[in-house]
Amino acid sequence: MTNIDIIVFAPLLAAIIAGLGNRMLGNTVAKAITTGALFLSCALSWPIFFGFLSGSTSTSVVPVLDLIHSGDLNVSWSLRVDALTAVMLVVVTSVSALVHLYSWGYMAEDDSQPRFFAYLSLFTFAMLMLVTADSLVQMFFGWEGVGLASYLLIGFWYHKPSANAAAIKAFVVNRVGDFGFSLGIFGTFLVFGTVSIPVILAAAPGMAGSTIGFLGGRFDTMTVLCLLLFVGAMGKSAQLGLHTWLPDAMEGPTPVSALIHAATMVTAGVFMVCRLSPMFQTSPFAMHTVTYVGAATALFAATVGTTQTDIKRVIAYSTCSQLGYMFFAAGVGAYGAAMFHLFTHAFFKALLFLGAGSVIHSMHHEQDMRHYGALRKHIPITFWTMTAGTLAITGVGIAGVFGFAGFYSKDAIIEATFASGTTSGGIAFAIAVFAALLTSFYSWRLLFLTFFGKARWAGSEHIQHAVHAHHDHPEHEHPDEEGAGSDPHAAHGPVVTGTAGYHPHESPWSMLVPLILLTLGAMFAGFLFHGPFIGAEEGAGFWKGSVYFDEHLMHAMHGVPLWVKYSATAVMLTGFAIAWWAYIKDTSIPGRFTATFRGLYAFLLNKWYFDELYDLLFVRPVFAIGRFFWKAGDVGTIDRFGPDGVAAMVVGSGAAARRLQSGYLYTYALVMLLGLSAVATWAMLR
Amino acid sequence: MSMIASLALTLPELILSTGALLLLLVAAWGGDGSSRLISWASVALLAIAGLSLGCANGVAFDGLYKADAFSNFAKALVYAAAAVSILIAPRFFEARGAMRAEYPILILLSSVGMGMMVSATDLLTLYVGLELQSLAAYVLASFMRRDSRSAEAGLKYFVLGALASGILLYGISLLYGFTGTTQFGGVATALGDGISHGELFGLVFVMAGLAFKISAVPFHMWTPDVYEGAPTPVTAFFASAPKVAAMALLVRIAVDAMGPATSSWQQIVIFAALASTILGGVAAIGQVNIKRLLAYSSINNVGFALFGLAAGTPDGVAATMSYMAVYIVMTLGSFLCVLQMRNAAGDAVEDIASLSGLSRTRPGLAAAFAIFMFSLAGIPPLFGFWPKFLVFDALVAIGLWPLAMIGIATSVIGAFYYLKIVKTMYFDEPAPAYAPSASRMENGLIALSAVAVSPLGYLAIPLLGALSMAAARALF
Repeated sequence: MTNIDIIVFAPLLAAIIAGLGNRMLGNTVAKAITTGALFLSCALSWPIFFGFLSGSTSTSVVPVLDLIHSGDLNVSWSLRVDALTAVMLVVVTSVSALVHLYSWGYMAEDDSQPRFFAYLSLFTFAMLMLVTADSLVQMFFGWEGVGLASYLLIGFWYHKPSANAAAIKAFVVNRVGDFGFSLGIFGTFLVFGTVSIPVILAAAPGMAGSTIGFLGGRFDTMTVLCLLLFVGAMGKSAQLGLHTWLPDAMEGPTPVSALIHAATMVTAGVFMVCRLSPMFQTSPFAMHTVTYVGAATALFAATVGTTQTDIKRVIAYSTCSQLGYMFFAAGVGAYGAAMFHLFTHAFFKALLFLGAGSVIHSMHHEQDMRHYGALRKHIPITFWTMTAGTLAITGVGIAGVFGFAGFYSKDAIIEATFASGTTSGGIAFAIAVFAALLTSFYSWRLLFLTFFGKARWAGSEHIQHAVHAHHDHPEHEHPDEEGAGSDPHAAHGPVVTGTAGYHPHESPWSMLVPLILLTLGAMFAGFLFHGPFIGAEEGAGFWKGSVYFDEHLMHAMHGVPLWVKYSATAVMLTGFAIAWWAYIKDTSIPGRFTATFRGLYAFLLNKWYFDELYDLLFVRPVFAIGRFFWKAGDVGTIDRFGPDGVAAMVVGSGAAARRLQSGYLYTYALVMLLGLSAVATWAMLR
Repeated sequence: MSMIASLALTLPELILSTGALLLLLVAAWGGDGSSRLISWASVALLAIAGLSLGCANGVAFDGLYKADAFSNFAKALVYAAAAVSILIAPRFFEARGAMRAEYPILILLSSVGMGMMVSATDLLTLYVGLELQSLAAYVLASFMRRDSRSAEAGLKYFVLGALASGILLYGISLLYGFTGTTQFGGVATALGDGISHGELFGLVFVMAGLAFKISAVPFHMWTPDVYEGAPTPVTAFFASAPKVAAMALLVRIAVDAMGPATSSWQQIVIFAALASTILGGVAAIGQVNIKRLLAYSSINNVGFALFGLAAGTPDGVAATMSYMAVYIVMTLGSFLCVLQMRNAAGDAVEDIASLSGLSRTRPGLAAAFAIFMFSLAGIPPLFGFWPKFLVFDALVAIGLWPLAMIGIATSVIGAFYYLKIVKTMYFDEPAPAYAPSASRMENGLIALSAVAVSPLGYLAIPLLGALSMAAARALF
């Protein structure tokens, strides 16, 4: 039993115990077992990470069991630990452990806490399976496992129709991506004859330039495989086109959003691209595609993020946008930078989500920022930790001295896109800088709307409810759906100000401790670790080939012109200034702006009309086809002539047989004689 | 072969016939008051006769009679079914003031006839045995002679039975006329040279006469009326012992006497099997009387058993005999449950609707009934699945898989009405409760049969499989 076994299987064991024991165990025992298991995993993960940092640990593969032996297909289940895995291990176990702890406070009043904690631990196990995968099949197992856990947790409050709808949406949209991923795995097996990742990566360069028949045409083998695998990554990481499930996934409890939909699961796509980076390197076309998709997502999500009013949705779009950053970093070949941003992002985004959860908790489950304001003094710890998170995501820092986490990772990505020198890199650079402006704007907007200005709590139904009836219904969260027609900035016109006599309380310590710990990560993760992750020489020593490491690009990245280096900081300050001007100095600006650019505003508010478009293109036709097959095909044809028709025929002949059974002897004798004659005739004539 | 040796081979029949005659004397002296004693004595005689089966093997009376593994297997089933039919009778008839000492004796005499049938290797023995069985049966059907339904049943059975006997006798005379012998072996030799039209007619008529006894379609018309009208213990008897005997006789004559003309009778058997399974399934739907429904169920089951014979192979015959073995347990169990259907006043009720909600008023009875129904429907893991599987397996083995598929499809129709009874018992609103069970012995028999057809029955497969295979091998 090695450490990695304990790290991976302790959460599974805890999930089984808490899940099956459920109410028999009671809340406290179930919570203690799952949280304890996660802290154990976490405590064992950090030494592995530090071992790779110091260079004292080398790649190891721990076999668990032989999974499948069938013909040429050999799948063994083994836990691979290299530098890339080590990074993911600390991210997953740390955030998961803190989220478990945080949930003690956040879910304190929920009815089914053992179930919640069992799901959380189950998710963690699946995620660990994913990141320790030594074969594509095992990765797919973890991939589906996190999808399942995500589905269960989004729909955790299953009595809410909106939560069920969101859970189903997440599952179905991910199925599209998973279909691509599974096709990619099949194709890889077809081409390489194996699903073992190290073997595939070693053989990949030799396959460059070969072609494969696909959908009736001949295409470059590696391009086809990489694009198929990338479709899977797009689904899981909510990239443009397959992103629609992520904002809706905010229906789940906030700790879930922090763990799954910010820090870990959604980064699985980035991890997969990095893990398979030698494959992607063989196909420039696939790399360009990754870059463009990432850049488009970063831009799209950032623009939408500026108009949302639900605090969790703002952060969700922010996540989507940051995932775009990671993808185009990988797309230009800067896998180290992508993983670095994944690493720092996990801390500050989990921090922002958990902070938002703390705000929601104190505001009696009100999630609409229009009904916040002036919370700075009431929940100071939450305020300061979220401020640290905002400083981290916007990338505040002074080069060469100190910066928050995002300063190092995001700037590295921006510099890498510029340094790559390709067209796609150039476009990505322009978008990255613009998206950084938007990031800064919406992040500060969130902070200002929530913590500064006048209290606007009186307009909130949740607050009114809390003031008038002094009991909580945490399971009955009713987040205001921002309808397409409503004007979220109306609050800045006829503002409903006032506290309505409500007194927000700071969250309990079980929630504040994870916030404070994550604050440390948001502050120092970039400063401490930027050397090993993206340093030109140090990086090669750290990654040791677990990702494709382009030393040349890393050198070029550090040698970009000065204006490139400062562009990120400049737009960050600009964004801050705009946000300050519009939400602190003169709060009438947003209202006037939306009145002037009504079309643009509606376009962004409605998320570029993606949901409506998909509804029109896919959902309605599918429903129509389904209805047709149901009414005309199944009921009208198969049932009518199949089961129903046969049944009616049987019943009908039963009635006929009963009529024949008249009760008269002569009828019976006649039937016997007729039968005899018929049989004799048949026997003679045959 | 000496007369003594021949008599030794017919020991079971000797025991039963002399015993029956002695008991008749006892009945004449003791009157109806001795009926319980005579019942137990009859059961003891059947048990002794059953025990004497093991030592008999050989041909007696110059080829008129044969004791072999096949006849022993069939006789064991017949005696067991007859014993159960005697055991369940007294309580039923006493409640109606109609218990007569002749009832067990008639069953004994019928059993002698059935023993003759399964051992017959000559057309004459065949007919004597058949008539002995039938005459006793006609009387049994109208045993409650003051009850109009019982009298009607007896009359119908008698008239139609006479017609069937006429058909059979005509067939026998044709066979004798064209082959010059009444011995099965001689008939087979004659048929081996090619089959003439006269022989073919004889064959068809003999089979038709026997099909009446097993109530295969289209010679089944008497079954629902007689089953419904006859007293329930008699119906249980009709559905079990004579079915086994007639089926065994049909198998023996088809294989022993008509073996060379297999292709001629195979199609007739296939037709009868298909028609029986389909009509037995279809006509049962919509029945409201449980005994009538079980009559159609027996037609349906006989069809499945005929599938085994239709294969015409040792495996097929073994499957048919296994089928009959499991069938009599299922059907006797079902009739035992029907006997429990008495309203609060103690009168028998036969409405299926009165079973509503039985699971709440009599959970044990409902569970047993459900087991029999599931088993009759052939739903695994209940034991009724196994013989169905065997007959279809035999069909598939000789390439008759389309027939097997049709058979499986028709078993779905049967499943519908069996499951409907289960649904009535378990999901419908309770009807007025039945009178509580008054007989520990009947409860014990129900439990025993339920266990036998439950998945535990699979433990008997090695024994039952070996015995039925040995029986089939004795014919080929």
